Amino acid sequence: MTILEDRPSNPAAGDHDRPIGHGRMQRKEDPRFVRGKGRYVDDIVLPGMLHGAILRAPVAHARLVSIDTSEALAHPKVLAVITGTDLQALGLAWAPTLSMDVQAVLVTDKVRFQGQEVAFVVAEDRYAARDALELIQVEYDVLPPVVDARKAMDPGAPVIRDDLPGRTDNHIFDWEAGDKAETDAVFASADVVVKQEIVYPRVHPAPMETCGAVADFDPIDGRLTLYETTQAPHAHRTLFAMVSGIPEHKIRVVSPDIGGGFGNKVGIYPGYILAVVGSIVTGKPVKWVEDRSENLMSTSFARDYIMQGEIAATKDGKILALRTNVLADHGAFNATAQPTKYPAGFFHIFTGSYDLAAAHCTVTGVYTNKAPGGVAYACSFRVTEAVYLVERMVDILARKLDMDPAELRLKNFIRKEQFPYANKTGWEYDSGDYEPTMRLSMKMAGYDELRREQKEKRERGELMGIGISFFTETVGAGPRKDMDILGLGMADGAELRIHPTGKAVVRISVQSQGQGHETTFAQIVAEEIGIPPEDIDVVHGDTDQTPFGLGTYGSRSTPVSGAAVALVARKVREKARFIAAAMLETRPEDLEWEKGRWFVKGDPSVGKTMAEIAMGAHGTVALPEGIDGNLDAEVTYDPPNLTFPFGAYICVVDVDPGTGHVKVRRFIAVDDCGTRINPMIIEGQIHGGLTDGVGMALMEIIEFDDEGNCLGGSFMDYLIPTAMEVPDWETGFTVTPSPHHPIGAKGVGESATVGSPPAVVNAVVDALTPFGVVHMDMPCTPARVWEAMQGGTRPPV
Amino acid sequence: MQIPAPFDYVRASSVDNALALLDRHGAESRVVAGGHSLLPMMKLRLARPDWLIDINDLYELDYLLVDGPVLRIGAMTRHTTLLESDDVRRLFPIITDAEHVIADPIVRNRGTIGGSLCQADPAEDLSTVCHVLDAVAVVRGPAGERMLSMAEFHRGPYETAVAQNELLIEVRVPIRAGSGSAYEKVERRVGDWAVAAAGASVTLAADGTISKATVGLTAVGLDRNVTEVEAVLVGQVPTEQLFAEAGQLAADACDPLADQRGPIDYKRHLADELTRRVLRVACSRAAASVPDVTIQEG
Amino acid sequence: MQISMTINGTDVTREIEPRVLLVHFIRDDLRLTGTHWGCDTTNCGTCVVLMDGQPVKSCTVLAAMADGHTITTVEGLAHGATLDPVQQGFMEEHGLQCGFCTPGMMLTARALLDHNPHPEPLEIREAISGQICRCTGYATIVRSIQWAAEHPAGAAPETTTSESTEHEVHA
Repeated sequence: MTILEDRPSNPAAGDHDRPIGHGRMQRKEDPRFVRGKGRYVDDIVLPGMLHGAILRAPVAHARLVSIDTSEALAHPKVLAVITGTDLQALGLAWAPTLSMDVQAVLVTDKVRFQGQEVAFVVAEDRYAARDALELIQVEYDVLPPVVDARKAMDPGAPVIRDDLPGRTDNHIFDWEAGDKAETDAVFASADVVVKQEIVYPRVHPAPMETCGAVADFDPIDGRLTLYETTQAPHAHRTLFAMVSGIPEHKIRVVSPDIGGGFGNKVGIYPGYILAVVGSIVTGKPVKWVEDRSENLMSTSFARDYIMQGEIAATKDGKILALRTNVLADHGAFNATAQPTKYPAGFFHIFTGSYDLAAAHCTVTGVYTNKAPGGVAYACSFRVTEAVYLVERMVDILARKLDMDPAELRLKNFIRKEQFPYANKTGWEYDSGDYEPTMRLSMKMAGYDELRREQKEKRERGELMGIGISFFTETVGAGPRKDMDILGLGMADGAELRIHPTGKAVVRISVQSQGQGHETTFAQIVAEEIGIPPEDIDVVHGDTDQTPFGLGTYGSRSTPVSGAAVALVARKVREKARFIAAAMLETRPEDLEWEKGRWFVKGDPSVGKTMAEIAMGAHGTVALPEGIDGNLDAEVTYDPPNLTFPFGAYICVVDVDPGTGHVKVRRFIAVDDCGTRINPMIIEGQIHGGLTDGVGMALMEIIEFDDEGNCLGGSFMDYLIPTAMEVPDWETGFTVTPSPHHPIGAKGVGESATVGSPPAVVNAVVDALTPFGVVHMDMPCTPARVWEAMQGGTRPPV
Repeated sequence: MQIPAPFDYVRASSVDNALALLDRHGAESRVVAGGHSLLPMMKLRLARPDWLIDINDLYELDYLLVDGPVLRIGAMTRHTTLLESDDVRRLFPIITDAEHVIADPIVRNRGTIGGSLCQADPAEDLSTVCHVLDAVAVVRGPAGERMLSMAEFHRGPYETAVAQNELLIEVRVPIRAGSGSAYEKVERRVGDWAVAAAGASVTLAADGTISKATVGLTAVGLDRNVTEVEAVLVGQVPTEQLFAEAGQLAADACDPLADQRGPIDYKRHLADELTRRVLRVACSRAAASVPDVTIQEG
Repeated sequence: MQISMTINGTDVTREIEPRVLLVHFIRDDLRLTGTHWGCDTTNCGTCVVLMDGQPVKSCTVLAAMADGHTITTVEGLAHGATLDPVQQGFMEEHGLQCGFCTPGMMLTARALLDHNPHPEPLEIREAISGQICRCTGYATIVRSIQWAAEHPAGAAPETTTSESTEHEVHA
């Protein structure tokens, strides 16, 4: 039985400062990881397993003339070589993307980006598979590529997607939010208007574990078991059923331990499909695991937004309106993962944390000869780009007005009493109280003292910068009335069983890539039913073992699945009341709850613990009418709204005036993610995101040359911060619960990735003020900083 | 994961054995020491030797020895050993400076000075350091040993004078009293190859004037010392003005290429900036070493 | 070719192709899958193992080159049921999230502490600077290694879950 629960009530006032379910506790998953006993996809070995490797296109745009696989097939250890033509015969040459487009599984007609999948070799071992790639002869007729998104819509630009009927250009979509006329009117009468082109370059989530799969198709019972690096096992099962024709009940998707996701493991990549095809063709299990270059060159990138920002304000610093036109480079296939209705994700939260009179944005998506993607890397469906735009624009405005950027923000925040707050582009912010968060960050940083230090240093020619960012996130997608992915509603299920001895198992539809679900979700159940988290097992990541749900991304686990788990626990608790009443021969309404136990009102000595009730439920107690003999429940949770965590970040940098090298000296992060469950895990999530922010701001970029060759295809060129580039993070928190979440929690997984890049860039630009620098695009590499000091940096794309 | 093409492997037991193996297996054999340049290239299949001759057992080439007027460094000396050596820090802080920024600590556990010099990557730091220190490369082959100056040894990017049947066995660095040296590198991130780097060695005379000065640059298209600076520096008392002149000469002498690490102008600027910085530090270290110099001029 | 080495105290001998990388030998031949790999260019350090007590990147060492040497992997860190203080420290201080870089980080930490029992935070950061973690932001890894330095005999069993450190500031 699946039901939709009643809307939860507000958490008890005054109780929300207390972490949930034992607070800071060690993670239940850690003992296996520290012993090297995690089980990741590449650790899986099945009897008779074969190995796959993908031949990839060396050029960005080319017509495929011919493929000769005979020499590879003659390799003694090669069992199969699959080409696009073979897939065509199976109807599998193209697969649907998460954005209603299609993507080639293997090239049949034309190569559309460098690194695209051309052929798949299946061999006895991974070395032989790799060797055989060199034996495949491919002839290409190279075509001029479209590399620069700004030129994608030029008349005469090569048409990339000539596979689509009637397609004559590289346009994907136009989308807008907000009221244009109203916004234009506010701009027309504003005292001050500042404009800036702001580029968020292409970056990559690059989890330490690359993507891979082990496909095991059993030809006798027609059953497919697929071990995959996926953040969304249930959605993948449904899509595999739709694409492959294998009935959904015959497909089991297992997402075992995952070595980081960050959005990289949401989509279905050709490699996964090829592993399945390889297993069907050979009748044996097939493992495919990409190498790092394949990961960086072909799987979901993030960002690639060219944003024209404009902000309007009164001369005394009241921000009135924001508008922006965005050119979005989606690569060769429109494969971004976001709710169907929102081709630009949640970018229209670009009004940020400020109370505006008007706002308007347009987004145009185009195809280019680059790897597909766009929504990945802890971006909360493009909130990253939105926050970066508004937080840079506010800083540029502060400079124009000669106001302190902290003061300008404080002056314009949405006020506490305005929540729930309807912004100008269609969002309803659930709760917020921004000023105390901002004030705490300033206090922790010693903001005034930092400004004094900066002034003294400037007089000595030293370059010190202080950067502020205040972000509002929108996470926990999402209400079925508004949101779906390919027609699948974005709900999550939870099932809770209390075993006869009072130990519990909770099965959840989201899945962990390191976020600590096995601990956090046990803590939520522990809080609600009063048994220790150690006695609660969390099952996740296996579609045969867990209820349907859309998976872990967009910081949605706690807002959606966490709510489902709290509600299913409450449901069990309520059922326990009826059983306890039967056991105590009293009426349910005469019982009162204390953690882990129902007792008779007025007589606390007479009661039953959850363990006693569980044994009673499964035992011989005469159960009341309508109560069946177990202590189990299930729930599917459709969130009424998203949750809106927020935070105030302050970054302090020192720039070497002679080399342009940026050193992040301090980083203060105050986050408010509503009710906190495990503070240790929350802090870890924030630390990781802050490091992402430093990485993107200072070094991470996937660049292309004029021929469309990827220049960021290895960790020698795609630079990720080490322990030496990041400071010892200084974190703080405030607690403003979500009014609609059962325990008042909001998501936190991506807050810091979203919020930190503008803090770092604002700090760098602040440091460069003596050189008249008002803006520079990421990444702030030594060379680019030096160029900015000389009077200007070229946009990175 | 990327995997090398097939090859045969043999482990050398001595220098003579290694030379015999090179001789036996000929042109398609390669020596592997730390392997941190060669193995990644083999995984990318940009290098495909038929034979790999592993010289990691040649402990006879793993030594640091102050031998009268020279520091002798065995070719198999690991970067970590050089970094942690007190003798090296005292005599040639430029080596310590450079080792601190070569790759990362774990790579430094395996990588060797011989491997670095023989790879001759244009962004490799120790080639510059050895040029600056007037080091001599000792190369052994079937015909015996040859002593090569760095100018003779280092022929350009990825190219050295070591013949296919020869082995670099030692680097000799002359010890000069009253000397100081320094190295500084700009990198996009710790462990990255240099955007640009500079090294300098300065010897001060008793009167405080510069009696010898060499400057070298890394990753900016100059495979030799910036000999232009010597005439400007020698005989002068070190001053900021002098360093600035030298920096300008270094910027003029280099010939960088634009790449992801930066444009030409920036790299030229770094040649200038870093030359000034390393001269400043080298001079101050030389000045500090003058009073208690005990080693005879070599 | 035939190679022999001591892995986690056990002598092993296997027939291999000369080109087999040490990381593949450990994972595929010996089925010790706690050693991971994350790149092809010796940059990420996910594959770090100890070779004669020193951390090395096992994707850039041939199995043949390890012939005759002693290798320690994450599976060899604990002494029976007793975890190494480094392993305890990573659990105490949340030094891991997805767990993928963790074995390499812990092995480097063990080698560091063997060499330098009381490292400064900057020395810890330098020691792990050849390794990438995408989850933790490193601060908790530094704290984990500091914890291990402060508890060379590990934690008493009763304190392993009770000790907690609050690092955050609340309004």
